[in-house]
Amino acid sequence: MNWNWLNRNTDQILSWLLAHLWLAALPTLLGLLLALPLGAIAFRYRWSYAALITVAGLLYTIPSIALFVVLPGILGTRILNPLNVVVALTLFTLALLVRVVADALDSVPPPVRQSATAMGYRPIRSLLTVQLPLAIPVIGAGLRVAAVSNVSLVSVAALLGVPQLGQLFLVGFQLDFYTPIIAGIVLCLLVAAVFDTIILVAVRLATPWTRAVSHR
Amino acid sequence: MTGAWDWLTTGANWSGASGVWARLLEHLWYTMLALAVAIVIAMPIGAAIGHTGRATGLVSGLANALRALPTLGLLILLALWGLSTFKGDIALLGPAITVLVILAIPPILSNTYAGIAAVDPAARDAAIGMGMTGREVLAKVELPVAMPLIMSGIRSAFLQVVATATIAAVVSLGGLGRYVIDGYNQQDYSKMVAGALLVAVLAIVGDRILALIGYFMISPGLTGRKVRARATTADMVVAIRQEGGSTVLEPANQAGARS
Repeated sequence: MNWNWLNRNTDQILSWLLAHLWLAALPTLLGLLLALPLGAIAFRYRWSYAALITVAGLLYTIPSIALFVVLPGILGTRILNPLNVVVALTLFTLALLVRVVADALDSVPPPVRQSATAMGYRPIRSLLTVQLPLAIPVIGAGLRVAAVSNVSLVSVAALLGVPQLGQLFLVGFQLDFYTPIIAGIVLCLLVAAVFDTIILVAVRLATPWTRAVSHR
Repeated sequence: MTGAWDWLTTGANWSGASGVWARLLEHLWYTMLALAVAIVIAMPIGAAIGHTGRATGLVSGLANALRALPTLGLLILLALWGLSTFKGDIALLGPAITVLVILAIPPILSNTYAGIAAVDPAARDAAIGMGMTGREVLAKVELPVAMPLIMSGIRSAFLQVVATATIAAVVSLGGLGRYVIDGYNQQDYSKMVAGALLVAVLAIVGDRILALIGYFMISPGLTGRKVRARATTADMVVAIRQEGGSTVLEPANQAGARS
């Protein structure tokens, strides 16, 4: 490791780190927000389940670099526009989470649902205040996978000139120099670990009842 | 977009050493080689872990850590090291295939392990009760029953490898990624999109083909593909389990890493 090089380029690395953070975080959040209603629809209406899961599976099959390249042609954006990355990763997150949300809602035991109905909860209220909270641990597990892979996928966009930590890899390759590459990998792993921890803590805070049971 | 269509329908772009057919063959060669090596490494280890129930925490931890590892960084790191260590073709091909193998191992390993760990204890007990040795239980009961999950792990690995083989063009390797990287450097957007579309088609078609292979590799007792005159014990136990509404066939483990 050449610490001098890192010292000299701290500002540049920090700005790439910041870009990387929001390029990975924003699609994760947007994907989750879109996946919740779509997953609920897939859960509620059986006919839409097969259709949504098939489309999601197909979308998930497309390599990220292919999507990064093709999206500007569809969206009319420039190829280096970070928006392409946000849209592509939002689609991937959505594709992963639709199924997770639908299956998580489905895994709530029927007696719980029936109790809510018996207590006079209408379907929407039962979904939002009973089933969704109970599905949080499973959705959280899916979200962790999505967030962590997004961090790794963002760096691929460096090949198309979008500035973020992936640039460190290209710089290292051009200079035949290990320091930026190792720094990039370590920072990516750190960002992934931070995201993972945030989601883990959020899930714990949102599901106090799971701890009440496990401590008995 | 129309430029990409023109590019794809130009016959000259399909022939020769840098034509689509040659690049496709290179891409498939990298992918199959890496997948084969990964299967040879990951399946026995996954089977051993699932069968013995040892080191299970290690597997899930490893799979998670690898998902966070940026493939582009790993590829370039190993490529630089390869260039400074070896001479000739192997200097780049070796590291690239190594990266692809590293990426393909976790989904296959964890699905093999999970598939075997999820085998109904009753099926296992029945097999032991019939006098099967540990090896026979693994080969005749556990592996066939775990096959749907193992195949879905291989499919995840395939997608991961096809995508990352595209990125391998950045360290001047062949494959369909060449069009994306060269197109970018030459500011030829049509070429880039054509390359991207070809990779996407390869991924989708390959995934479908693997799904089909998986369908025929899975024991008929599990899929109900055809009624057999004489079912084996394992088949019957599994059939009984399915009637009980079990989820042993739950195929998709889409939670694999992707690239």
